[in-house]
Amino acid sequence: MKKVYQRPRSLRDVPMHYCPGCGHSIIHRLIAELLDEMGLRDSAICVPPAGCAVLAYYYLDIDMVEAPHGRATAVATGIKRVRPDNLVFSYQGDGDLAAIGTAEALHTANRGENITVIFVNNAVYGMTGGQMAPTTLAGMKTTTTPAGRKPKSEGPPIRVCELLSGLANTVYLERTAVNSPANVIKTKKAIRKAFSVQQKKAGFSLVEILSPCPTNWRMDTVASCTWIDEVMAREFPLGVIKEVPC
Amino acid sequence: MQGKILIHHDKCKGCRFCMTFCPKGCIRVSAKLNAKGYAYAECDPDKPCTGCGTCALMCPEAIIEVYRD
Repeated sequence: MKKVYQRPRSLRDVPMHYCPGCGHSIIHRLIAELLDEMGLRDSAICVPPAGCAVLAYYYLDIDMVEAPHGRATAVATGIKRVRPDNLVFSYQGDGDLAAIGTAEALHTANRGENITVIFVNNAVYGMTGGQMAPTTLAGMKTTTTPAGRKPKSEGPPIRVCELLSGLANTVYLERTAVNSPANVIKTKKAIRKAFSVQQKKAGFSLVEILSPCPTNWRMDTVASCTWIDEVMAREFPLGVIKEVPC
Repeated sequence: MQGKILIHHDKCKGCRFCMTFCPKGCIRVSAKLNAKGYAYAECDPDKPCTGCGTCALMCPEAIIEVYRD
């Protein structure tokens, strides 16, 4: 029999620290597969976040520059400006990009920097123990909103793709999920598209990925996948939010 | 079409994505625990694996190798 699939070469053969059923490790694998398939392993530079994915530099076998909390897009801007021929992407969670890093993300998108952002949205602060994030759904219970998030006092969840779509210089914004085989394939396609937008030097691209966090959602792994389809995708509709032909 | 998969049991965290999404129901939970203490995923030899690769597509740990004729 012929081997048709094995672990991608860009993903180091080390155990990942993520909880069982975490979407981060699926997204790491998709990025590693794409870097292998597109031949970008030598030229890629990733800026990992502060958050659950802070140790991404142990797993992805490419060049990495760690940024302070929320500043990944600012660091990526600097790297891309001095090394315009490298593939530069940041990998950020919702606490990193949509809370402490809102200013950096918004202005990087507004300047139309030629970078790609992989934005992992799991509606909660994962690493610090499940506090409310800007993307937490209305009524969702977290450790800091034990009675559920109240939109009147805490505001409704921020839809990052829709927010950035109003900026003139954003080129490609898509929201996908990693909760089913079909959605994983769509996510891979979206990241491939975002990387190719950058290769064409067209401008800013962002892929928002709805990712299960069974530990902080207090669900089992399979129920968290169903929950994304039934609840989360209603608040954060999947699909291409903005695409400028390039 | 015939296929087979190889799961690196020692690295499995027992998230059950592979067995949930396997279209043929070829993967089951082991009776034993691995060194990490998880009930790992194992291939059911009585079920027909087609080597479609859905399990490998969903496996967060990337520990499944897929073989096909």
